[in-house]
Amino acid sequence: MTAGTERLRFRDPARGRALTEALAHHARRLGRAPVSVMHVCGSHEQAIARFGLRAAFPDALDVIMGPGCPVCVTDVPEVDEAVALALAGVRVATYGDMLRVPGTSRSLADVRADGARVDVVYGIAQAVELAAATDEPVVFFASGFETTAVATAAVLLAGPPANFAVLSAHKYIPPVMEIVAEMPGGKIEGFLAAGHAATITGWGVFEPFVARHRVPVVVAGFEPLDILAGLVRLVELIASGEPRVDNTFPRCVSRDGNRDAQAALWRVFEPTGGRWRGIAHVPNGNLRLRDEFARWDARRRFDIDCTPLWDHAPAALVQQCQCGDIMAGIASPHDCSLFGAECTPDTPVGACMVSAEGTCKIWHQYGGHPDLRQIRRKVS
Amino acid sequence: MRNPRFVEDRIGMKYGAGGGAMRALIEQIFIGGLGEVGDGGVGLAAMDDGAVLRVGDRWLVITTDSHVVHPIVFPGGDIGRLAVAGTVNDLAMMGATEPLALTCATILEDGFARDDLERLWTSIRRTCEEAGTTIVTGDTKVMGNGELDGIVLSTTGVALTDRFVGDAGLRPGDRLLVTGTVGDHGLAIMATRHELGLATSLRSDVAPLNALIRRALAVGGAGVVAMKDPTRGGLSSALHEMAGKSGVAIVVDEPAVPVRDEVRAVGELLGIDPMLVANEGKAVIGLRPEIADAVLDAVRAHPLGRDAALIGECVADRPGAVVLDTGFGRRLLGEAEGELLPRIC
Repeated sequence: MTAGTERLRFRDPARGRALTEALAHHARRLGRAPVSVMHVCGSHEQAIARFGLRAAFPDALDVIMGPGCPVCVTDVPEVDEAVALALAGVRVATYGDMLRVPGTSRSLADVRADGARVDVVYGIAQAVELAAATDEPVVFFASGFETTAVATAAVLLAGPPANFAVLSAHKYIPPVMEIVAEMPGGKIEGFLAAGHAATITGWGVFEPFVARHRVPVVVAGFEPLDILAGLVRLVELIASGEPRVDNTFPRCVSRDGNRDAQAALWRVFEPTGGRWRGIAHVPNGNLRLRDEFARWDARRRFDIDCTPLWDHAPAALVQQCQCGDIMAGIASPHDCSLFGAECTPDTPVGACMVSAEGTCKIWHQYGGHPDLRQIRRKVS
Repeated sequence: MRNPRFVEDRIGMKYGAGGGAMRALIEQIFIGGLGEVGDGGVGLAAMDDGAVLRVGDRWLVITTDSHVVHPIVFPGGDIGRLAVAGTVNDLAMMGATEPLALTCATILEDGFARDDLERLWTSIRRTCEEAGTTIVTGDTKVMGNGELDGIVLSTTGVALTDRFVGDAGLRPGDRLLVTGTVGDHGLAIMATRHELGLATSLRSDVAPLNALIRRALAVGGAGVVAMKDPTRGGLSSALHEMAGKSGVAIVVDEPAVPVRDEVRAVGELLGIDPMLVANEGKAVIGLRPEIADAVLDAVRAHPLGRDAALIGECVADRPGAVVLDTGFGRRLLGEAEGELLPRIC
């Protein structure tokens, strides 16, 4: 009945300790510190925080969260479009995480409190059900990377009701890794890639990246042992000086990935350049609906007018928000003067404090990196 | 306690979620000039499960609770059982396990079905019998269609006790006991929401705990130093309040926290931590270390306490913090804030 965590295969603390020791050993052998590696996935950060792994990482290894939170990188104008639609009386359905993401002057939660119809859904299928039960237009504000975009693609391929439309804020991870790898002053020596995204794309998708940037990429899963094993492999590859792609999540990920899902994804979407909040303009980083699916594209169906939202100057606090630097791995939440003071999950200034996958929210909830080490020393 | 925060112009859902926002609301609006009891009792400012007033050489414990739940009948219980158990348990958490009587105010929505009401009152009667109490007075109102969601029940309970137990009596070295699995009620309710389309075997744990607590107090005596029922905000909020008010930190041994497999599974599916959601038939008990094992045995001998476990202990560092030892490392245990929203992926 009460399955203690220890009964779950990939959550065995004893194996975890063995991997932590191996990680410390390999990091020490590098002979320089700290070595910085980056993961690009909110689910990885969730698991790292959830299982207290940061307090177990060796001092010589700096594990940075990159732009891996789809909600956080949804740009202000994209939120504004959804807010403008809701204000114009269109019913907007979206994931719970998106509700409080600040736009230029307001969030979907703000306009919902004022009477706009905004539905929280658990997935696109539920938004389609809402549309099927009514004649009025229902717009699904779709965020997420290639993993979630496949679900959107599948729904559009199945021919949803005519009153249904998608406002795509979907984004594609591989191009942003290029941006991060090329950032001036970059210090990232290896990447931990997200196992669920690679389940779709296959690990082969990272081979050109490794060839170009000469840094290793290791695909890892989301249980604590998956993450520790992935990091051990990544540090080994850094030590070897022979960068390559390695897959430590073979129970889900293959070299070629899920070809049917890829076919669905690229039949419905095409890559286009676009801004990622706080990061940069990312060439081919956004996913937009192809012409063939224009009748379900909210941007082509509705005349979305965001200008009324821009009459209000953005709040002064936003100028101090460091979400961009934090997502680029240049700063940590503790470097931001707003963190935990003006900016809290209750009163988020930046998107990283909104999403359950945002670095700031996670650090606020679980305690940040330096914090946790202090607890480890002081309490035990 | 947590950072003081400022209550906004409009009271949103988060102020009813049992976390820091609600405490700020009570502090900044409700307490002003009210609730002083003196004479060693417990008043409003203590924000405990109930108030304690001196009556002769005994203590009168009084508590009140409004109940709203959707759906009103859920796996394992209904709003009637919830209303009785919730108030009986709040009394018990103050050490008062022999409720003298309850009151129940009933507010109905225009058009509420008579059959449903009778069923709820059957459930109320049964739960009163289980807890050894009864309802001695009440109030009835009917409001317009759409003005409330079906039914609101508001119960008040009174009890006398020779010794009361607050939620602020922990000191370093004390142990924390939870009387059974956590997260059952909250996740059972969430799983019934139609839009999730989940068919699960989850059941609410709603139950009156006074007999169980009586047993713990009989064995633990003065060594039972703090109690709280982890309702809204779950185990996490209860532990935060106890740690904050007692001026200690609590280190929780996560693998020791009892969680049903299906609760864990649904929680992970929704991205919701079972330690952050409501329980309606569980208690967290702070114990002096020397009697902890004896109280654990006594609690486990009761049918409602079979899965009880010692889950952590108090330390002097970082007063107010709740630290979770996951078996891999340590982190802070977060508190629920506002609506619990499922994650995107």
